[in-house]
Amino acid sequence: MSLLLKGGRVVDPASGLDVVQDVVIIDGTIARLGRGLKPPEGAQVVDTAGKVVCPGFIDIHVHLREPGYEYKETIASGTRAAAAGGFTAVACMANTLPVNDNRAVTDFILAKARVEGAVRVYPIGAVTRGLKGQELAEMAEQAEAGCVAFSDDGLCVMNAEIYRRAMEYALPFGTPIISHAEDEHLAHRGAMHEGLVSTELGLAGQPWAAEDVMVARDILLAELTGAHVHIAHISTVGAVRLVRDAKARGVRVTAEVTPHHLLLTDEAVREYDPNMKMAPPLRTKRDVEAVLEGLLDGTVDCIATDHAPHALSEKEDEFGACANGVIGLETAVPLLLDRLVRGGRMDLSTLVQRLSPAPARLLNLPGGSLAAGAPADITVLDLERPWTVEPAKLRSRARNTPCAGATGTGAPVMTIVGGKVVSP
Amino acid sequence: MGWKRKDLVSMQDTEPAEITEVLDTAESMKEIATREIKKVPTLRGKTIVNLFYEASTRTRTSFEIAGKWLSADVINFSGSGSSAEKGESFLDTAKNIEAMSPDVVVVRHKAPGGPALLAKHLKCSVINAGDGAHEHPTQALLDLLTIRQKKGHLEGLNVTIVGDITHSRVARSDIHAMRKMGMTVTVAGPPTLIPPACQDMGVKVSHRLEEAIAHADVIVMLRLQHERMTGGFIPSLREYSRVWGLTLDRLTQCRPDVLIMHPGPVNRGVELSPEVADSQYSVILDQVTNGVAVRMAVLYLLAGSKAA
Repeated sequence: MSLLLKGGRVVDPASGLDVVQDVVIIDGTIARLGRGLKPPEGAQVVDTAGKVVCPGFIDIHVHLREPGYEYKETIASGTRAAAAGGFTAVACMANTLPVNDNRAVTDFILAKARVEGAVRVYPIGAVTRGLKGQELAEMAEQAEAGCVAFSDDGLCVMNAEIYRRAMEYALPFGTPIISHAEDEHLAHRGAMHEGLVSTELGLAGQPWAAEDVMVARDILLAELTGAHVHIAHISTVGAVRLVRDAKARGVRVTAEVTPHHLLLTDEAVREYDPNMKMAPPLRTKRDVEAVLEGLLDGTVDCIATDHAPHALSEKEDEFGACANGVIGLETAVPLLLDRLVRGGRMDLSTLVQRLSPAPARLLNLPGGSLAAGAPADITVLDLERPWTVEPAKLRSRARNTPCAGATGTGAPVMTIVGGKVVSP
Repeated sequence: MGWKRKDLVSMQDTEPAEITEVLDTAESMKEIATREIKKVPTLRGKTIVNLFYEASTRTRTSFEIAGKWLSADVINFSGSGSSAEKGESFLDTAKNIEAMSPDVVVVRHKAPGGPALLAKHLKCSVINAGDGAHEHPTQALLDLLTIRQKKGHLEGLNVTIVGDITHSRVARSDIHAMRKMGMTVTVAGPPTLIPPACQDMGVKVSHRLEEAIAHADVIVMLRLQHERMTGGFIPSLREYSRVWGLTLDRLTQCRPDVLIMHPGPVNRGVELSPEVADSQYSVILDQVTNGVAVRMAVLYLLAGSKAA
């Protein structure tokens, strides 16, 4: 099985390449790049003239909901959403039912992904048993089974000693600990960011300090233990500053930001739209500017969607009673191409770096490169493709997008995993 | 005559001209209360559903009387002991009620945004009778009506709202409505009960009662919920009452024509001493009387004036 991508603009940040070239793929691997390459015998030829050929995008923060919450999403539907959105690999969080806190669940996810998955699936194991924050999960066996990181995402491990032990215990596996930094006491069940909007809406708000306090703690614990701590969905001015300072000191801390925290503020909650409710909450304009600045200067390493599907019934209720989370796999790349690249805030090569080589390196995953010999995971973009977000047409089982009806220009048009076209 | 709007959900999105229209209409409704037969045919054949998910005596009764004096059929539906306890969602319950063709749904709910959710999904008119810590628009309207009656005007008056601003829907509706009518609003209370972003709503913030009430034309005392102590907002009712309770002694430092208001129910001896509650300055019962007139006006403007 071979493929020739002909005449596309190849953008490969790992090698600094940004030129019009052909790409030859043989047996799931990138064979060579160059001009005027001949298709290998029997190869399918894809005309990519006028398109951008990038290393496959990797989303290190998604919720696939299987096992247990198949009514929200399944490995099959979630990975199809990923493929349609230009992602060739996803790392899925442990808050399933049962929780992915033991080898049997990890094995199940991987087996299911092999059979039904459209893209590569990397499980993230729980830090604590049942996500209860009390006892360590069996991380050694889980790492051996294929977990690429550990996280109680969705919940904050409030006990600092348990968290310290988790960081130490995970050291030999080389797997980062991913922090959902949200002090549950300070957050005080706040359904949104504490500020003018929460005050006017009468909704309980959570202050920025609920995030910053925990980011500071986790940086200190990373320093104490030597562990690699990755801050999930960073969203505040202060958290970005803390990570920047810690990196300058040489602490092994990294961070990701979601498209919604890059593009939306708490003003979006004004109509009590539950599709604007997530943890951490949408913040202020100052925070949005700070996380973008962090992403540009490398303080924030990568973009991850925190794709969090929910059923309609869980999102059509009073704001306070609705579930946290929004979906993002199918809208992230189009939104970022339009609002950041077309909007002149970020160049294309930087965006590709934050979506592909950066997340690959963070979780030690294959991919993130178009060099000869690399796995043929490729995302093809059309920077001129107009789009409109129509929730009914999404591949995800869920419809809880914060950008229904949004329009823009520039979208992924082909996704290739291991040399195989998985979308369209 | 009549409003173009379908619903009354908040004072924040209500125009000053609309507020004036309610107050003027309410003045003309007040006369009905003085008649021997307190009934006009204005809303005959209309159905009003009081959908109350939170306990309420004053507001529910006030809406019920308002509807009945206008000859509407008024149905009371309380959240407890009904389908809500059988697990039906708020929205489903409301849609089921709408299927029975009411003209107005008056809703009280503990969730901020509950009435806005209904307004979005129901074709009939929705009136917010209090949603969590968000708003209680008819309370603000009856407060304005009471002040206008006593002072003759609204613009330029100084109002001080004292107490638990953080959890008060009355404070939010009052702040929006009073500012729209050209009044100056000060909020006062311990910092734990005043939202940090309050100043951005265009009010002055004070943490000293004497300073806050010295120049006030109107003082609105808010009820202190007993559960605020367990939430760590204040150390004790005793201390709160000593620092923030309004006593006759403290009133002597106020303007001689100051009005004391309270949305009720009053915790006598906590935020208000009994002597103040019963004093010549207190207009608390006028507020209750005006509540019926204001609700008649709102019901008329939303449901009555369009069919004509």
